[in-house]
Formats: sequence, structure tokens, C-alpha cells
Amino acid sequence: MLAFLIQRVLQAIFVMFVVALISFSLFHYVGDPVLNMLGQEATEADRAALRAQLGLDQPVVVQFWNFVVNAAQFEFGISYRSARPVTDLILERLPATLELATISAIFAVVMGILLGIYTALRRRSWLAHFIMTASLIGVSLPTFLIGVLLIYVFAVELGVLPAFGRGETVDLGWWDTGLLTTSGLRSLILPAITLGLFQLTLIMRLVRAEMLEVLSTDYIKFARARGLSKRVVNLRHALKNTMIPVITIIGLQLGTIIAFAIITETVFQWPGVGALFITAVRFVDVPVMAAYLMMIALVFVVINLVVDLLYYAVDPRLRAQGGGK
Amino acid sequence: MSSTPSSVENSGEQNAIAVTGHEPGAAGQEPVLSVRHLRVEFPTRHGTLVALDDVSFDIAPGEVLGVVGESGAGKSMTGNAVIRLLEPPGRIAEGEVHLSGRRIDDLPEERFVPLRGRHIGMIFQDPLTSLNPLFSVGDQLIETIRTHLPMNEREAREEALKLLREVGIPAPENRLDSYPHQFSGGMRQRVVIALALAARPEFIIADEPTTALDVSVQAQILALLKRLCADHGTAVMLVTHDMGVIAETADRVAVMYAGRLIEIGPVDEVVRNPQHPYTKGLMASIPGIEKRLERLYQIEGSMPRLAAIPAGCAFNPRCPHAQERCRVQRPDLMPAEGSLAACWLHDPVDPLPPRRGEAGEEMAHVR
Repeated sequence: MLAFLIQRVLQAIFVMFVVALISFSLFHYVGDPVLNMLGQEATEADRAALRAQLGLDQPVVVQFWNFVVNAAQFEFGISYRSARPVTDLILERLPATLELATISAIFAVVMGILLGIYTALRRRSWLAHFIMTASLIGVSLPTFLIGVLLIYVFAVELGVLPAFGRGETVDLGWWDTGLLTTSGLRSLILPAITLGLFQLTLIMRLVRAEMLEVLSTDYIKFARARGLSKRVVNLRHALKNTMIPVITIIGLQLGTIIAFAIITETVFQWPGVGALFITAVRFVDVPVMAAYLMMIALVFVVINLVVDLLYYAVDPRLRAQGGGK
Repeated sequence: MSSTPSSVENSGEQNAIAVTGHEPGAAGQEPVLSVRHLRVEFPTRHGTLVALDDVSFDIAPGEVLGVVGESGAGKSMTGNAVIRLLEPPGRIAEGEVHLSGRRIDDLPEERFVPLRGRHIGMIFQDPLTSLNPLFSVGDQLIETIRTHLPMNEREAREEALKLLREVGIPAPENRLDSYPHQFSGGMRQRVVIALALAARPEFIIADEPTTALDVSVQAQILALLKRLCADHGTAVMLVTHDMGVIAETADRVAVMYAGRLIEIGPVDEVVRNPQHPYTKGLMASIPGIEKRLERLYQIEGSMPRLAAIPAGCAFNPRCPHAQERCRVQRPDLMPAEGSLAACWLHDPVDPLPPRRGEAGEEMAHVR
């Protein structure tokens, strides 16, 4: 178990190192930030001074080393655009994105699993057919279109939910939450559905397919032959086996929820990290872009690690391989 | 409703013969299981397939009935129909199933569920896939015991230990919390047997219980099954295609062909003196140590697909004795020596004259 954990952590560190290399290379391929920052009237001496201040006059290897060391301490330098520390910028935007991502993830996972189970168990009912057909919409429509459609129906036509922004927020000192006010919660509904709908349909279809496969196995037939009730067979024996592959996909999808928040945040003008990233791209604010890249990579790596550990918890066959009973 | 022509002749007074005809060995006691005119259909887009047609048999308390036949003959289908675990869209279209005198095939599903495991047990072919890999053996046993018997967790655990000891698992205290993958194939089948017998059902269906096992383990598992069922007076329906297993274990044998029961009788009679031409061919094709042959005997042709079962006797295209009547009229089970055989050769009123000199015939008599 410990060896497994160490191995996985080393792998994670390696992945982060590679991502750092890619993030770092951004600095050298998206133009000279000094020209953008100082404008046309600056003298050569001004530019050299700023270059030295930003550390851009040092050899590439030294720059990379500094970048990695700083990144490891969550230090990503100064934003070229707002001249504030990148870490501060991200931290003040992070609560908005995390709240949106968490709520839409819960929505997607809970609804996805429930609907998946329902459509697998009541395969022939008209409601299951309807859900399956409707889920095609979730799979095939692009996120921004779903967002715009939801805004049109619920904000413009019906006027029941806000079309943009986060509503009122409460500052908890270290965390700026929209979950404690009515307007904050109401503002969350449309973006959360928009962001979660694709994941929901994906999870639902996966749970359904896995469950159907598990239901046709011998051990489910034997469980029935032993006289276990339908509930026990379906929700205890079948569901646990269904969840093994589903956990992996859910884990990976949680990562994409945070990554794809960019689009939803743009559509709903949600003041999150994704919107920050879009602005950074527009202004070639490389430190912010690099930091965002590193953050997303970290989210994926951590989630993968957690998924691997969950496997251990769910599947006794893996535990046995790790030594001991 | 059915697309097969055989069902047309298969009604009316002919059925009466099989119902009233006493089966040797089953007479006297009230049967644990009584199956009458069982018909299983699979409605498909291309018409209805008849997987089982007019199958009738009894099993007495403590008796082992072997069910043999080729793959697809309907052996497992019969077991699945009795315990009502047919794969959809398969369904029982006609017939009755009685368990200890009580009709069970027409019970609503929620009243049938409690019978499974408590009154009818079932063992499947592959012990490697019969146990849920994510639950410990103890969990699965305790869960099954508590489903059927009024016991608390601790009592059920004791009972589970007792069951594991009974099926010959060494040091069950240490094995109760092990997972299925930590057991060998033979040990897993012992666990499966313990699970199937946990609530002491009076009848158990063993669907090829030894096919997936090592030959050296097969005999142990069969002996175990036979001993446990004898101890508890459990009746067994043993589905297999292995005549050796039948000869070793069964009291009576039922031979199936193309979804029909074609011969049934005491094991000695059927093995040594088969009456139906198909059974004769089947017995003749078993290799023996004492006879040296260039080639093994084989029955010409192959069993018809369910969609193309011929009219009359299903075996007629391959039968050396087949005559006009066999191609038109379907024979029911008729007394033949010590058994019952569904063949016009044994018609009590107007027996068909057999043709001599056929290979299957010769071989069967050599044995």
C-alpha cells in the first residue's frame, strides 16, 4: 500500500514537472511581454531594467529552475497586466470557480448515477427511453449553446433566474461565498446546470451501460437464485461492481469540469478563474496563463491520485496484490 | 401463436398419456418437483422460438435426476424455467410447475422471490464467476442466511462457519473474511454449494456444477453434493452433458433433444439398455477403455436449430428407423422396457417395425 502510494506520488511529481516545462515555454513563444507592458515611448534602458526586474535576462535554464522552485511554493510572479502577484489574483477568483464546479459536479454525479441506475433497471419503460433520447442532447450540444438557451428560457422569457454574475456574496475572510445568500444561490443554478449537463449525461450513459453488463453476470444471477431481494441484488451487489469503472470516469470528468468552466464562466460572466484566464490570453499575460495551466494540471493529478486510492477501497482484488490479506 | 408445426399435434388426448403414465422410480411418494407440459418460448422479430416443448417429469424427495443432452437441447433452460430465471424475452408459455404439491409457475414475482434459496436452490456452472468479487465469502453467506432464516448477525456468522465446515473448507474461521479471488476453483464451488444449501432447500438445481473444474476436483465436488443432499434429503436436478457424471451420481436420467424430453428412466436402464434411437446413438458414441475403435461412433447430422425443428419427431431426419409417421406425428413418452421413450418404436398400440443393421443399434448392443 505504501509502496503503491509512493509510486503514484512520484508519478504525479513527474507529470507536474512536464507541465511546468510546457507552461514555462509559454514565456518564450507568445511574444515579448516587455514590449506590451511598456508601450512605444519606452527607451531601451527602460526595457532592460524591466527585463532584469522580471528575471528575463538570465539564462533559460536558470529561469526555468526559478520558475519551478517558485511554482512549488505557489509563487508565479507578477501579472504583466495588473502588476499584482498572480497567486493573489487566482486566490481571489478561485472560490467562485470552485463553488460553481463543486455544485455542478454534485449535480452531475448524483443525477447521473440515479438516472443511470433507473434507465438500466427500467430499460423498457417509456420514461427510460425518453431520458436516453434526451441525454443525446446533453452529449451533442456544445456547452455555450446550452448556456445561451438556458439564459433565453429562464432569464429572458420566464425571467425567473438571473442571466449573469454571482449575485451577492458573503466574505468569510478567506473565502468569498455565494452559497449563503438567496441571490447567490439563484445565480448559481443556470451556470451549474450548463457546466454539469454534459458530465451528467456522460455519467448516466456510462452507469447504465456498466450496470446492464453487471446485471448479466453469473454472480448477479446466482444472487437472484439465492433468493436475495431485488433491492439487495440491484443496489448492493450490482451497483458496487458498476461503480469501479464509473469512479475513474467521474474522477477525470471532475477535472474537466474545472477546466471547462472557462466557457461557462464566459457565457454567464462568472467572476472565476476561467474568466481570468480568458482575459489573460487576450492581453498575453503569460504568468497568469502559466499559473492557470499549472493549477489545472494539479487538479487532474490530485484527482487521479484520489481515484487510484478509491480503487483500493472498493476492490479487494487490488488490496490483495499489494501484499497481505 | 407458435410457428412450429409440432405444436399442432401436440395437444388433445396425447398429452394424457404422459400425465397418467407412471414413471419408474418416482411412483409412491409425492414428488418434490413436478413439471407438466412445460413450454418455453422466445418471441423474436423473426417469429417465436420454442426452446422447451411439452416437458414433463417428477423428482421424488432425496432423488437425483440427471438431465443430459447436447448443448442447446434445453437442459439448462429447464432449470432456469423452474426457478424462473429465464433470460428475457424467454417466458413460460404453457405448462405447470409444482413444488411440494403447490403450483409455483403462476405466482407473482414478489411471492416467488422468497422461494429461491429457501425452497429451490441453484448451483451454476462456473464457480469463478458465481461469487461477487467485491464481497467477502462471509458477507455473501451471512446475507443469504439472514435473508431466509430469522437470525442475528452473530448467529448467522456461526451458521456460515458451520456451512463452510460442512462443505469441507479447512479452517473456516480464517476463510470467512476472505474474498472469492483468494480461493481456488474447487474451493469456490464448495462455497457456492454452501450458499445454495444455506437455507436447506428441499430441491436444488445443479447446472453443470463440475464442468468448469479440474477433473481431479470434479469427483470430490460430486461426492460432496451427493453426500449433502443425501444427508438433508434434498432432491437434485443435475444438468450435465457428461454421462460419466450421470452414471456416477444420478438415480434417474432424463435425455433431452431439441427442447423435448425424449427418454426418461432409471439410470441403469437408460445407460445399459437405451430405448430411444437418439439415446442409443448417444451411448454408443461414448469412448470406452475396453473397446478399441478406429473411429468413435457418431450420429449423422446435427441437432436442428430452434427455428428449424422438423415436424413430427424432432430426431426423424437423423434417425435410422424413421418412417412416414415419424415425419408427421410427434410421439409422446411411452413405456419402453424399464423407461419411457418418446418414439413410435414403442407405441403400445401399433409399434413401428425397427430396421436392423444400423450402426448405432449394433454399437449400443455391444455395450
